[in-house]
Amino acid sequence: MKPAPFSYHAPTTRADLLALLAAHDDCRLLAGGQSLVPLLNLRLAGPAHLIDITRVAGLDGIARDGEVLRIGATTRQRRAERSPLVRAAFPLLSDALAHVGHVATRNRGTIGGSLAHMDPTAELSVVALVADATLTIESARGARTIPFVALPTGPLATAIAPDEVLTRIDLPLWPEGHGWGFAEVTRRGEGFAVVSAAALVALAPDGTCARAALAVGGLVAAPARVGEAEALLARRVPRDDRIAAAGEAAARLPAESDLYGPEAYKRHLARVLTVRALRQAVDRARGGVRD
Amino acid sequence: MSAPACTWLGRSVPRLEDGPLLRGLGRFVDDIRLPGLLHGAFLRSPHAHGRLTAIDAAAAEALPGVHGVLTYGDLRRVLTCDRIPLAMPAGAIRFDVDPFVLARDEVCHVGEPVALVVAESRAVAEDALALIGLEIEPLPAVVDPRAGLAPDAPRARLDCPDNRVAATEAAYGDVDRAFAGAAHVVREAFNLHKGGGHSIEPRGVVARFDQAERLLTVWDSTQMPHQAKRALVRTLGLAEHQVRVVAPDVGGGFGPKFVFHPEELAVAAAAMIVGRPVKWIEDRLESFTATVQERDQHWTIEAACDAEGRLLGIRGDLVHDHGAYTPYGVALPYNSATNLLGPYRLPAYRLAISLCLTNLVPATPTRGAGRPQGTYVMERLLDRLAERTGLDRAEIRRRNLITPDQMPYRTPLRTRDGKAMTYDSGDYVECQRRALALAGWDGFEARRAAARREGRWLGIGLANYVEGSGRGPFESAAVRVGPSGTVVVTTGATAQGQGTVTMLAQVVAEVLGIAPERIAVVAGDTNASALGLGAFASRQAVTAGNAAHAAALAVRAKILQVASAWLEASPADLELVDGRVQVKGVPGSGRALGEVADALAGAPGLALPAGVAPGLAAGVDFEPEGLTYCNGTHVVEAEVDPDTGTVAITRYTVVHDCGRLINPMMVEGQIVGGVVHGIGSALYERMLYAEDGQPQTGTYADYLLPTADVAPRIAIHHMESPSPLNPLGVKGAGESGTIAAPAAVASAVEDALRPFGVRVADLPITAARLHGLLAAAGGAAP
Repeated sequence: MKPAPFSYHAPTTRADLLALLAAHDDCRLLAGGQSLVPLLNLRLAGPAHLIDITRVAGLDGIARDGEVLRIGATTRQRRAERSPLVRAAFPLLSDALAHVGHVATRNRGTIGGSLAHMDPTAELSVVALVADATLTIESARGARTIPFVALPTGPLATAIAPDEVLTRIDLPLWPEGHGWGFAEVTRRGEGFAVVSAAALVALAPDGTCARAALAVGGLVAAPARVGEAEALLARRVPRDDRIAAAGEAAARLPAESDLYGPEAYKRHLARVLTVRALRQAVDRARGGVRD
Repeated sequence: MSAPACTWLGRSVPRLEDGPLLRGLGRFVDDIRLPGLLHGAFLRSPHAHGRLTAIDAAAAEALPGVHGVLTYGDLRRVLTCDRIPLAMPAGAIRFDVDPFVLARDEVCHVGEPVALVVAESRAVAEDALALIGLEIEPLPAVVDPRAGLAPDAPRARLDCPDNRVAATEAAYGDVDRAFAGAAHVVREAFNLHKGGGHSIEPRGVVARFDQAERLLTVWDSTQMPHQAKRALVRTLGLAEHQVRVVAPDVGGGFGPKFVFHPEELAVAAAAMIVGRPVKWIEDRLESFTATVQERDQHWTIEAACDAEGRLLGIRGDLVHDHGAYTPYGVALPYNSATNLLGPYRLPAYRLAISLCLTNLVPATPTRGAGRPQGTYVMERLLDRLAERTGLDRAEIRRRNLITPDQMPYRTPLRTRDGKAMTYDSGDYVECQRRALALAGWDGFEARRAAARREGRWLGIGLANYVEGSGRGPFESAAVRVGPSGTVVVTTGATAQGQGTVTMLAQVVAEVLGIAPERIAVVAGDTNASALGLGAFASRQAVTAGNAAHAAALAVRAKILQVASAWLEASPADLELVDGRVQVKGVPGSGRALGEVADALAGAPGLALPAGVAPGLAAGVDFEPEGLTYCNGTHVVEAEVDPDTGTVAITRYTVVHDCGRLINPMMVEGQIVGGVVHGIGSALYERMLYAEDGQPQTGTYADYLLPTADVAPRIAIHHMESPSPLNPLGVKGAGESGTIAAPAAVASAVEDALRPFGVRVADLPITAARLHGLLAAAGGAAP
């Protein structure tokens, strides 16, 4: 279990990083290494060049910019999880991060690394999808932004080109007093999710949903929004029967069997967990609770 | 005045092993670094079954840093025989399916070693693996043992006429008449899976061959260095004095390191061929595909009882997945069959056992060694009968437990050595009673009701077990005191983290009146102990402990004899205290043990004192009369989420009786570890294969070991029923925690879901599986 030979690069500036990516074919970017290093050691990945981006200045950090929360790609998951700014501005992310791997892996793992790895069960992908996150992707050719929904292109595959690097994740903030919920079933205790669900709800003064967003991960290669449920909640009071209907809509999403669940079980979990996440979000929105 | 100043048995002495290990001073196989050391990596079969048609090593051999690419033909030149003669004698085994050192012309499981690259580094060796051209013509694979026994099944091995490698039975009494007269009969099928050993330290070997002395030294992460030496002597054509096997610090065994694997021979042979020492450290991917493991058993079984719930008979079939080779005879399923009896009176029994060859890595014992499965089946059947008769699950067990007045209890079954399977001591009724009391069995319904009011579903379950421990035929230990005053214990027993060193030091300390930390224990070195077996069957406290005890008593007798002459006192008036022999109650009156040893070491031409034989030492090979049976009761409370199928264990109580306790803390460590291992079997661990025999769970992301966050707090209570079969009165403790756990957890899960009508039969009880059971049962509580 030793990796195949590769050249190691550790640029310190964004310009050097982009130049390295432009100059070399067959690069992999190393951030926290919690997924890539095992793949290298198992020889399931064998890039000619490994570019360590954790020393590149300006790629990490968390900042609020008006109504957007900007998170640098190499920000460690544990730092984001414990960030008072994240907790205040986007509590769903704080809660979801507590479910990512284990504390030890979160100390190393990065926000951008998780998104770019695109594990089908990754909690961060579910949050990025439900939050309508925007990703900044850079290369020597320039910078571009894409919505998160355009990122996944298949199992462990993304729209990031070989010479590009994900540099920032922008989360548009939800209004003060919104509700959030996150629920998942894991393979075992802490660790990989089988299915996870995230919900965001903003209520109008009359108790109807001004906005509702729902996403489920783990069913197929990439997380999915539960558009049908969002539509049925829009401008309506999120009564119990509608929450249940939202769960039914989630259970109609496509799902694929894997070692941890036949398709039917995953759809069932999509229903149960969507209801749980949505229930949490609605309760929080009604109570205005910030915990 | 006759009581010793202090006693060491029964005390939770801190483990002597821990200081060096915690300070990073452990010496594991991978810590062995030798001048000129080369590194090995194995090319392994990517197919579950196939004909090996060609190996092209030219490109790999040309890679800089590669010293050799060895195949079967290369190694065969230094071997005395084609196959590694490993099979434990078992009349029921029909075919010779011993493995080759490397695949010769057929590969029989994914991960089977095919070639060995020796190179300057492991990384270069792995680079070379990718350059070897391997041609294998795939053959149909046998993965499910039930399918493998069908008349038209493909053959798992071309050299065997069919896959039924053995058929045997455990039977006594008129079981059909028992069923004919029964008030209640229950029938069930159990598809059981048990996990592997998964020691933190994988296997590993360093071999060095001294050409001048023709001396082979092998450092081996093994439970059985003496057995490994025997295999190496036999296969390499060396004499006993030319082979030394050392098991240095070993980071866990749990069963698989009992087995001599082909890699152990291949690395030794490679060192002889390339003329340089060679190291091979198994990586985790290899552990999943090439280290022996436990896997599937399929039981079809029925039980009969009378109107009062008393067992009348059990009969059925067991189909056992044996894997591609057979290094362990029929022991694993036979343990399952015999341990089914547990602590109960069973008047009639008939279990037909079929062992099927499959194209999977060999199945051999891991902690519990088949007993958890037998216990699971019996305990599940008792739960079914409880339901049928309307008796409480604890009550139907109580009615069937062997009572203390029946001890020793001779069952009609025989153990592996042909002796009657006889329980030597224990109070099973009291054990269950205490467990129920400590776990609050009677108060559970109130807890259940309270949880229901919060929307939670709680269940409680219990299971009883026995374990035959301390298997023979013998273990060796010698105790020597040198002129320096140091006490050295050498033994054929081995240590993999269970506290063997501390255990032996305590036993000897007790006899010689010297603190355990002043006693050195040398274990796991064939040069230190001429004879030895090692670690298996929860045996070392029983066998090596009593050997060391007897040896220490002989040394003590010599000390007293010499001191009696020197001090002009009767031996009865002497005591051994703090490394000295002295007149009782007169500190400073005596002599240091080193002085006695010095005198017995002799001086040229002078007489030894007091007519005593030379040397202050004694060696004993302790041969146990038979197995000694420990027992216990586990009570589990679990919370089940019927919406998701997930299970959380909320309370766990163990009452355990392993006879006289040498070190309660270490026993508790064994129990906790064993229980957690059993929880893994119950809920998580599952080695999955695709239909073509490809392993699907080859990393710990996919193969789920029980982790700290899912392990409950485990309350342990000890009983001590001394064994009459050995002077120390001890019984084994290493595996017992594992045995009852799956049964008790299943009982609790089923109890939590009783309102849903769910019946738990198969292991592991994964969330998806439980959801399937809930869905099949209608999915809603009435």
